[in-house]
Amino acid sequence: MVKSRLRAALIGTVAALAFAGPAAAQGVVKIAYLEGLSGPFGNVGEVGLRHLQFAAERINEKGGVLGQKIEVVPFDTKTSPQEAQLVFKQLVDQGIRYMMQGNGSAVALALSEAMGKHNARNPEQTVLYMNYGAVDPALTNDKCNFYHFRFDADVDMKMQALTNYMAAQKSINKVYLINQDYSFGQSVAKAARAMLNQKRPDVQIVGDDLHPLGKVKDFAPYVAKIKASGADAVVTGNWGNDVALLIKAAKDAGLTADFYTYYAGGLGTPPVIGEAGVGHLKQVTVFHSNIGGSGTVANVEAYRKRFPDSKDDFYWTSIINAMTMLTMAMEKVKSTDPVKVAPALEGIKIDTITGEVTMRADNHQAVQPIFVSTFSKANGKDVKFDVERTGFGFRTDARIEAKDTALPTTCKFQRPKG
Amino acid sequence: MEFFLVTLLNSLSYGLLLFMLSSGLTLIFSMMGVLNFAHASFYMLGAYFAYQTSTYVGFWPALVIAPLVVAGLGALTERYGLRTVHKYGHVAELLFTFGLAYIIEEVVHLIWGRAPVPYRIPEILDFSAFSIFSTQYPAYRVFMMLISVAMLVALYLVLTRTRIGMIIQASLSHPDMVQALGHNVPTVFMLVFAGGAALAGLAGVIGGNAFVTEPGMAVSVGTIVFVVVVFGGMGSLAGAFIASLIIGAVQTFSVAFDYSLLSLFGTIGIKVNTESGWMELWKVTIAQAAPVLPYLLMVAMLIVRPKGLMGTREG
Repeated sequence: MVKSRLRAALIGTVAALAFAGPAAAQGVVKIAYLEGLSGPFGNVGEVGLRHLQFAAERINEKGGVLGQKIEVVPFDTKTSPQEAQLVFKQLVDQGIRYMMQGNGSAVALALSEAMGKHNARNPEQTVLYMNYGAVDPALTNDKCNFYHFRFDADVDMKMQALTNYMAAQKSINKVYLINQDYSFGQSVAKAARAMLNQKRPDVQIVGDDLHPLGKVKDFAPYVAKIKASGADAVVTGNWGNDVALLIKAAKDAGLTADFYTYYAGGLGTPPVIGEAGVGHLKQVTVFHSNIGGSGTVANVEAYRKRFPDSKDDFYWTSIINAMTMLTMAMEKVKSTDPVKVAPALEGIKIDTITGEVTMRADNHQAVQPIFVSTFSKANGKDVKFDVERTGFGFRTDARIEAKDTALPTTCKFQRPKG
Repeated sequence: MEFFLVTLLNSLSYGLLLFMLSSGLTLIFSMMGVLNFAHASFYMLGAYFAYQTSTYVGFWPALVIAPLVVAGLGALTERYGLRTVHKYGHVAELLFTFGLAYIIEEVVHLIWGRAPVPYRIPEILDFSAFSIFSTQYPAYRVFMMLISVAMLVALYLVLTRTRIGMIIQASLSHPDMVQALGHNVPTVFMLVFAGGAALAGLAGVIGGNAFVTEPGMAVSVGTIVFVVVVFGGMGSLAGAFIASLIIGAVQTFSVAFDYSLLSLFGTIGIKVNTESGWMELWKVTIAQAAPVLPYLLMVAMLIVRPKGLMGTREG
């Protein structure tokens, strides 16, 4: 009896605490973060999570959005499309209306499809999808969805930038393509082949390999093959361990070809390659920590201060931009309902540390500057920040302005009525 | 030629590593009749212990300490785990090792996290040992091969030239007789289990930094080790050795072949309807199918010769 009265009192107190303050009274805006947080790409998933927390904390410090706090809810998809679809059901059941994902286009395609079906059947529970890094062009073309927004540049946009740069490098004669065997890797290979043929018909594609995603632990056989092909440049969209191990094997075998990558600046690769990568390792990204500007410096330093123990660096501007655009759209329509927020995201413009970023209305693809950069020794000047505390960082070779990166789209999504 | 030699060496070093893993598994199986699902987990533990030890005292002591610690864990597993469930039969033992594999993985998650740990090749071995034409061959791979061969020789000598080796061999086929002669067969079992775990641990120590030390490493290598053991014949060390080298070669060499069924049809003059839904299948190259090949080999072996290459018992 005494016990139960005590319990009742406790519950009362807890309830009183929970409902104190205006913010709590109106609830919170929950953002589901769906990513492989275990398995071969678990490390990469955690990097994105830190960025989302970083972005959410900054918004919350300024009082949140419409007086509500942002709450990040991580879900582990094990980077598997099937698992991600199950997780999607969970987040819907929990009443979460916003989700963010970015690692793995196979997962993204599955999620976008699941969300499309769900939104069509349950318009009152509409979910909005912020994609910060899954860059298969199909997501904003043939398989686009009204409630899917992509904040990173897609494969074709990046390849456009990369091949423009490569076309000017007269030393390139033989190119080898090696990619992960799924929608993203295949689209990188396809884009590279098509664009190189067009811009440098004299360049020979001497190899085109697709290897299983996240399964190869020893790239030595692939490197032996690259070596045998006589390639002087390698193009790869590999990410996570798949790029780190590829570069490691290449270094061990003394392969001197230049690497044109999408994600060499991501976690794990810089410490592996070290000195051997200087001048040889290139990447095409929407951001790296040495693009200059006081905003960049402030962000990189704030991130390092917030997560002093992690080896990763400020990297995903797409996550920050997604959250900035989302809160702007919410404030514009004075609502956190995705049905009202999604149309408000269209055409939204923000000034960021990389330049102006615009959300296209016709396919929901963010348009922003793209950078090609080379692995170099950190020198405190144009290579101010190193990556993963290695003493090496990236130096910008070329900056492609936003207007030159937009590509035509085949997207024809169904706009919600009303 | 250059490609062939380099790939041959790569396949050798990989095959030898596979053997180090599968030898323990096959020994344990032949002696105790237990298919140890947690075997690859000992491989993972070896890598993690080596990483942890090397952060304090460096790589060389870790090379000795880590396998010993894993051996100790193996002995404990046998003494207090397997022996307890033994009386409930093989299914219970199987389930026990199955569960153990999951527990070890979760414990690794708890202690070292889900991300790969920075377990690196010692600097003294981080150079190229020699060049084949223009390709450098890393010294660490040579070191891996040396360790594997040394282990192979040592294992052979222990099993055939020492008293304990003879008792082990006798216990393989006639455990009751060995027991009747006054030998402590349970202790022999424990030693074999610990020894097998130590071999897996040693493989982890040298494989963990050559590849990646992460919580998924047990799963990724576990299935392939089973393929080796089944292919070579359950319980046969010689079979496991040959199977390791074959699987190693299949996995490394298949990467190089860009031939698909389509190109085969082309050479023998069959016209293929390019609109057909089968095109996707015809276009798959051997290189793309490389990860499946060991499993295909295993299935083929089970159909043709269920006891494996050198196995002695059926099924």
